[in-house]
Amino acid sequence: MRLVLLGLAVVAGAVSSPAMAGELPDIFDSGKLLATSGVSQLEGAGGGGLASWALITGYGTRNGVGANVHYTGVALPDYRLDSMGAAVGLFDRVELSYAWQGFDTQGVGAALGLGKGYTFHQNIFGAKLKLIGNAVYDQDTWLPQLSIGLQHKENDRGAIIAAVGGKGAVGTDFYLAASKLFLAQSLLVNATVRETRANQLGILGFGGDRHGDYSTQFEGSAAYLISRNFAVGAELRTKPSNLKIAHEGDAWDLFAAWFVNKNLSVTLAYADMGNIVIRNNQHGAYLSVQTGL
Amino acid sequence: MMKKATMTVLAAACLFFAAPALADDSLYRDLGGLDGIKKFVDVEMAYHLENPRIMHQFDETNIDRLKEQLVIFFCQTAGGPCKYTNHDMKVVHQGMHLTNVDFNALVEDMQKAMDDQAIPFSVQNRLLARLAPYQHQVVTK
Repeated sequence: MRLVLLGLAVVAGAVSSPAMAGELPDIFDSGKLLATSGVSQLEGAGGGGLASWALITGYGTRNGVGANVHYTGVALPDYRLDSMGAAVGLFDRVELSYAWQGFDTQGVGAALGLGKGYTFHQNIFGAKLKLIGNAVYDQDTWLPQLSIGLQHKENDRGAIIAAVGGKGAVGTDFYLAASKLFLAQSLLVNATVRETRANQLGILGFGGDRHGDYSTQFEGSAAYLISRNFAVGAELRTKPSNLKIAHEGDAWDLFAAWFVNKNLSVTLAYADMGNIVIRNNQHGAYLSVQTGL
Repeated sequence: MMKKATMTVLAAACLFFAAPALADDSLYRDLGGLDGIKKFVDVEMAYHLENPRIMHQFDETNIDRLKEQLVIFFCQTAGGPCKYTNHDMKVVHQGMHLTNVDFNALVEDMQKAMDDQAIPFSVQNRLLARLAPYQHQVVTK
């Protein structure tokens, strides 16, 4: 966690200082148009807040490289989720990402006998490959930009996961994402199908006593571009309900993203994560800050 | 009977050939017509000439002629009453080895220029949406 914060500080320093920015190799071409790199979604991939998009993260064009770090916090009535990570986009073709997630059970931890503030952690390693299309330039066709990706997740609370009925502490999600900018309408639309076994994104492990196998889930986003710097929109993400202990609901959010410049974006959202274990109606504030180039 | 059929074909043909003249020019009008386009192209070119990413592309360019051609091209693209008769975008940009960085730098200058002329963002996007596919012809590197 400290390492990521240090990384954030270093990158923020580098991009905010013209002298240092001038020394960056030309390969960091920062050549994409503002906002067309998306932001960092909860598991670290380039996307919206909940959804992974087909866009490759960062502002590198097909001749360059982009990179960024992010912090995301979701304050729910009974829980708190923190995510930090780093991602690189290579030649607008490949994206590699890492995110660290901490899920603080706060008072619920005590109620469940785990101890107040008992926290689940996940390391998430992501990779994404753009297959075809360009979401921005291909305005003369309905064909979207298509990417495939995976997110390999390692949770550190195997014993508790087993106790609540989870099958394992390690899992890998696979997804196919389609993104399309309807520029004449100032609208960015995204649809993703995800094959996953994850319970609450993996925070409660993978597979369960109700359903053990992969299931197909959906992620959708729509963002309206108000100006070059501002976008507002909504997202929906379905989740499997694998555990007998509690029904797992779908998640949705309403967001506003501010692209200050190509080096900094701030996303605020109202996020509804559904019910989580013994607490219903887990909705609250979502804040995400991304800095990079 | 024969006459009726001929009339129908003629009427259909008239409708068909009349269509271009009735083409939607709402974007052209929203951009402020020829005058509005001329104004932002003026400002846009000024931005290009001081943009370190692309200024060198115009070293040997007749700027006045380029502006003229741009105005006609944008006017036609926006559905206005202009006819662009110069070489197509592929030929015009041949051998320039342009990248997406160059293409997007031009777009950014254009956005700034349209901002300066108080052209609403949504109107800007309608024009850019029609220009974006030329990326395939312009960007070769």
